Amino acid sequence: MMILSGDPPRSRVLSLLLVVIILALAATPFLFPGAKALNVAAKICVFAALVASYDLLLGYTGSVSFAHTMFYGIGSYAIAIALYGMGPNWAAVATGIVTGLPLAALLALAIGLFSLRVAAIFFAMITLAVASAFQVLASQLSWLTGGEDGRSFQLPELLRPGTVLISKSLFGFEINGRILTFYLVFAISALMILALLRVVNSPFGRVLQAIRENRFRAEALGFRTVFHLTYANCLAALVAASAGILNALWLRYAGPDTSLSFSIMLDILLMVVIGGMGTIYGAIIGATIFILAQNYLQSLMGVAAKAADEAGLPLLPGLLHPDRWLLWLGLLFIASVYFFPTGVVGRLRKAGGGKGAGSSH
Amino acid sequence: MTLTLETRDLTIRFGGHVAVNNVSCTFRPGELTAIVGPNGAGKTTYFNLISGQLRASHGSILFDGTDITQHSAPLRTRAGLGRAFQLTNLFPNLTVEENVRLAVQAASGTHYDLLRPWMVRRDLIARADSILDQVALGSRRGVAATALSHGDQRKLEVALMIALEPKVFMFDEPTAGMSIDEVPIVLNLIAQLKQDRSKIILLVEHKMDVVRSLADRIIVLHNGQLVADGPPAEVIASPIVQEAYLGVAPKSAA
Repeated sequence: MMILSGDPPRSRVLSLLLVVIILALAATPFLFPGAKALNVAAKICVFAALVASYDLLLGYTGSVSFAHTMFYGIGSYAIAIALYGMGPNWAAVATGIVTGLPLAALLALAIGLFSLRVAAIFFAMITLAVASAFQVLASQLSWLTGGEDGRSFQLPELLRPGTVLISKSLFGFEINGRILTFYLVFAISALMILALLRVVNSPFGRVLQAIRENRFRAEALGFRTVFHLTYANCLAALVAASAGILNALWLRYAGPDTSLSFSIMLDILLMVVIGGMGTIYGAIIGATIFILAQNYLQSLMGVAAKAADEAGLPLLPGLLHPDRWLLWLGLLFIASVYFFPTGVVGRLRKAGGGKGAGSSH
Repeated sequence: MTLTLETRDLTIRFGGHVAVNNVSCTFRPGELTAIVGPNGAGKTTYFNLISGQLRASHGSILFDGTDITQHSAPLRTRAGLGRAFQLTNLFPNLTVEENVRLAVQAASGTHYDLLRPWMVRRDLIARADSILDQVALGSRRGVAATALSHGDQRKLEVALMIALEPKVFMFDEPTAGMSIDEVPIVLNLIAQLKQDRSKIILLVEHKMDVVRSLADRIIVLHNGQLVADGPPAEVIASPIVQEAYLGVAPKSAA
């Protein structure tokens, strides 16, 4: 239990769901052939960590930040610019990490100390402003960032698809650099989620919850809440930047659409809400549901539309036409927020009777 | 030097309204001071000024030889000023035990410990449990604070202050809205704290029988001003209190 920091899923269905997701992700290179499946699996890993770090802010401290994609972008761009400029070697990877992470943490520190003193809405507005400014900056500094085109780069030898680590003759599967990169993404994301689970269940994490519940009273107990909130903001930024690094390494590319755009910010928000705020586990569930829907709903609808057409049903083929997939995605989210206001995790825990003591979330 | 808490010319204005007006008073250990006065007299505002929820417009507060007038509420709490609020002020969706554990944690100076799960800190848990037993909330420890009865919430409010192990206890109508059988639990607690002669205890209370039985000294606030200060019998008998607090017109004015 210590690996979960004493905060188990507290629902049999949820535990089962998590085990299935994690096993499926871990086995993707062998179970599901093709580049798309692996891409989807890697994206789920990265977003699970990214969303979990956002949950630390939104679910545990109750502060709404719009700058999370900015930190994600800082990580992405740091590694991309380093690898682009210095060539595909490990020194460049290290440079990207040691510039990206401290930059994200410092910026989070500055934003936090400046705006977390006062009402929560001010923090939201400041993060929105800073994130917008950063987005403009990234597209304007095209000599550095590649502007709207972003930066494509090559990975160090070891992580390239062409590098065969274990040949097919040994196990019947080829382990190449691409698969190694996938496991790197998987392992680091998993570690970050476990670390976040530790943080929210630490004495420090309890103070964050106290601030969410009643900041005035937390102050009256002697907690200087602005420092706790800023600390949490920096931690969330560090994890987001790390997720950005992983994402860029996986895509071998960093650009405004894959790391900085506000549509990603909205995706993160939706994933947190669908999964269940203030649970960390919700991040894994939310990211999985959302990204699977994003990637497979369209083809699923194509199949359904065709079947409906062949069955001669009226209207349905049109409604289920693959071009309407965004409409259905939207409806799916409205329905999930309506029926599971506490998210999938909250719903499952309630259904399971909530045997565990601990937090009410 | 013994511990003292002193307010000098303490004043706060809200626009044109002077809620607390030039109140100078010194509180000493081993002395339970009851603060009485009609509604709107500025008792809770006076408390808020002392514990740092409000900043004074004028005047100063000295605690333990230090001028704390400009200190924030958390710093004052850390210095030893404990406060229980009049309007119940808890962490509603956390359990009773978590509420108290947070206060115990604050008292132990555990602020930024984020690498260990909380349940490793058995010392904090044990201390929280013993305080819950003291206020007779042991059987409710797993319940969310919001689900408690009003009386139990009041007890939890007091438990949070006790958990802080302060040098100054500030009770703001601790028994308000409590059922008859719950009142003695809180009064006994206050009496116990009194036994320890090293603490300063301030009590805002409306029930005159409670004040008579517990207080060593009474100060009376009226329209933000300190109008009487002395031993209970003397203060209660004084004409100004009869008028200001009990609403009886003094004979001379009749």
